[in-house]
Amino acid sequence: MAAPAPTSDSPPALEFVDVSKSHGAVRALAPLRLRVPRGETVVLIGPSGCGKTTVLRLALGLDPPDTGQVRVAGAALDARNVRALRQRMGYVVQEGGLFPHLTATENVTLMARHLRWPADRIAERLAALAALARLPADALGRYPSQLSGGQRQRVGLMRALMLDPELLLLDEPLGALDPLVRAELQDDLGRVFKQVGKTVVLVTHDLAEAALLADTVVLMREGRVVQAGPIAELVHAPADPFVTAFVAAQRRPLLDGEGAR
Amino acid sequence: MNARARAGLVAAPVALALGFAPAAHAADELRVASKPFTESVILGEIAALTASAAGAPARHQRALGGTRLCWNALRAGEIDAYPEYTGTLIQELLGGAAAPGADITALRAILRARGLGATDSLGFDNTYAIGMRAGVAARDGVATISDLRRHPALRFGFSNEFMSRRDGWPGLAARYGLPQTTARGLDHDLAYRGLADGSLDATDLYSTDAEIRRYDLRVLADDLRFFPRYEAVLLYRLDAEARWPAAVAALRQLGGRIDAAAMIAMNARAKLDKIPESTVAAAFLAASTSGSDGAAAAGRAPDDGDRGGGAAARARRIGLRAREHLGLVAVSLLAAILLAVPLGIVAARRPRLGQAVLAAVGVVQTIPSLALLVFMIPLLGIGSLPATAALFLYSLLPIVRNTHAGLRAIAPSVRDTAQALGLPPAAILWRIELPLALGTILAGIKSAAVINVGTATLGALIGAGGFGQPIFTGIRLDDLPLILEGALPASALALAVQGVFDVVDRLAVPRGLRL
Repeated sequence: MAAPAPTSDSPPALEFVDVSKSHGAVRALAPLRLRVPRGETVVLIGPSGCGKTTVLRLALGLDPPDTGQVRVAGAALDARNVRALRQRMGYVVQEGGLFPHLTATENVTLMARHLRWPADRIAERLAALAALARLPADALGRYPSQLSGGQRQRVGLMRALMLDPELLLLDEPLGALDPLVRAELQDDLGRVFKQVGKTVVLVTHDLAEAALLADTVVLMREGRVVQAGPIAELVHAPADPFVTAFVAAQRRPLLDGEGAR
Repeated sequence: MNARARAGLVAAPVALALGFAPAAHAADELRVASKPFTESVILGEIAALTASAAGAPARHQRALGGTRLCWNALRAGEIDAYPEYTGTLIQELLGGAAAPGADITALRAILRARGLGATDSLGFDNTYAIGMRAGVAARDGVATISDLRRHPALRFGFSNEFMSRRDGWPGLAARYGLPQTTARGLDHDLAYRGLADGSLDATDLYSTDAEIRRYDLRVLADDLRFFPRYEAVLLYRLDAEARWPAAVAALRQLGGRIDAAAMIAMNARAKLDKIPESTVAAAFLAASTSGSDGAAAAGRAPDDGDRGGGAAARARRIGLRAREHLGLVAVSLLAAILLAVPLGIVAARRPRLGQAVLAAVGVVQTIPSLALLVFMIPLLGIGSLPATAALFLYSLLPIVRNTHAGLRAIAPSVRDTAQALGLPPAAILWRIELPLALGTILAGIKSAAVINVGTATLGALIGAGGFGQPIFTGIRLDDLPLILEGALPASALALAVQGVFDVVDRLAVPRGLRL
């Protein structure tokens, strides 16, 4: 129902099988089916409260589903395997979600140090990630409060990539940035996604960002998937009047009619 | 602070706690104690000197605590002997078991059933009396307590214990029908000052007080014979008699040896001439005894731990008090940290349990410190152990509360992010949550430490030593330099503790949180 059919026999990187979730009386996810095939970049988009952030929280096991099953790389997520599976996922939130008492380097290497990686392996990986995320070397020793918003975001991305996870989950990673920095980071994110060749699930409410980064765009509303497919499909073949309205609202400020890539 | 005052304050909790008193335990010394007023300390010194002259290794815990505290310590076997007054036994301690007019023989029979013995009267009666400045009494024509009825505007200030004792103000006012309703409770030694500077018109006296002459006081006649007799005796444990028969026999021989004039003279020497009680006691024994007793007593060097001596002696005393004081604070604080931080963590993790934990440590905090100290005696005896335990309990609240608050203040998104990395809960606590809460936790430890330094002065009331020792002795002896000898170092210590924690804070709290 959601993403296109898998491209190989291997299980999807992330799969939601009839997952529902309520926060008190508020229904966050109506029973939801979602498949994220390996190597694809899927962008979840929709108005506030549509359940897109809930999808990431359930994927990470931060909240348990009420019904249904969350599968990561084919394995059903449960209390026993959740920590091991989290190490195969990288998570980036708005502002980077950095720990304020740790330097950029300490933030990035926290989990590797906990896993007792040898120092040279940590240093090697850190240098590679700094180059990939284009983080200046002098920023590595600084604390989050001493970094710019864009730098914090780059450090957050490095931290998520440190253990070389198969799946990257990004929750409005660029939401708090000013437009110029945001545009620069969108370009960098797109480049990184291509370079690392990982499965990516990115949550945003910005259609232009979705258009730039997504293989598949999943438009959600009230805990359900309204339409899923390439951006052009949503723009030119809306499945529902809501899709038309959502796309029109975001296209309004654009001067030309073809905002998509 | 006054002996009789403290006992009144804590009588009820102690009566409750008595049921848990542990069995008497033997010790290889004869432990004499006294209440914290000059006469009791002198009598305690006389008893200790006499016992050691008779061959027992005697130790005097001077000014150990008030009536109830000494009585309970004696019954629990924490001490072996202390000076007491028959009126107090009848009115307060034996709880109606003795007839109002009971003589020593009758009292002995009742005491024997409780494993205790008493000497004959030492030779004087130190009853309560009401005193006024002679000039004021003459102006108003007051000679008897009955005369006070005609002067309802007179201002009364009584020692705290007198305010609450059955044989004190309530009974006196009822018997004489006194109209004054606003009697103030204050420390016995300070009441004399109040009389002298005119802020009080009448107070309770002990009839052997040295101040009666010094301040030119008029002792009002007890025309309705309200006050019972307060013959001084030494109380002792019968099992102490079994351990040190010669020493206890020597104590019994003190009966009848000290008359009122001798006691008033000794009180005056100690209090007005500021001669150490041990010197006063040794001089009395040397002068009044012929034979081996006095010689031996004089041979034992007067031991005055509390005052006198030159700068070197003072420095040595302050050093000793500082060690005792720091010991109380450090041990109790360390133990409190070890319990309170984990409690705070649990409280932060489980909100409902957390409320219960916070409420429980909050209740401990509401117990007055003096009462808490006295609660500890039946459980832990006297000395530094019960004081440390009380300080430990007081330290819990600030540390638990700040640990809880520090952890709760961490944004849920930080915890989520740490979990999403795959860190196990212990690592999240250790690497993320505790460092983020450290500043708040340290602030709680700091307030516990500073409060502890102040509260530890009260430890002197139950024999734990520390800077409270010179403070309370100084109040008792009306000796300002001695009070300062305890108060100044205690304040300095509090400031130093604060300074140390400021440095610890700077070193320990992660740099990233201070930018």
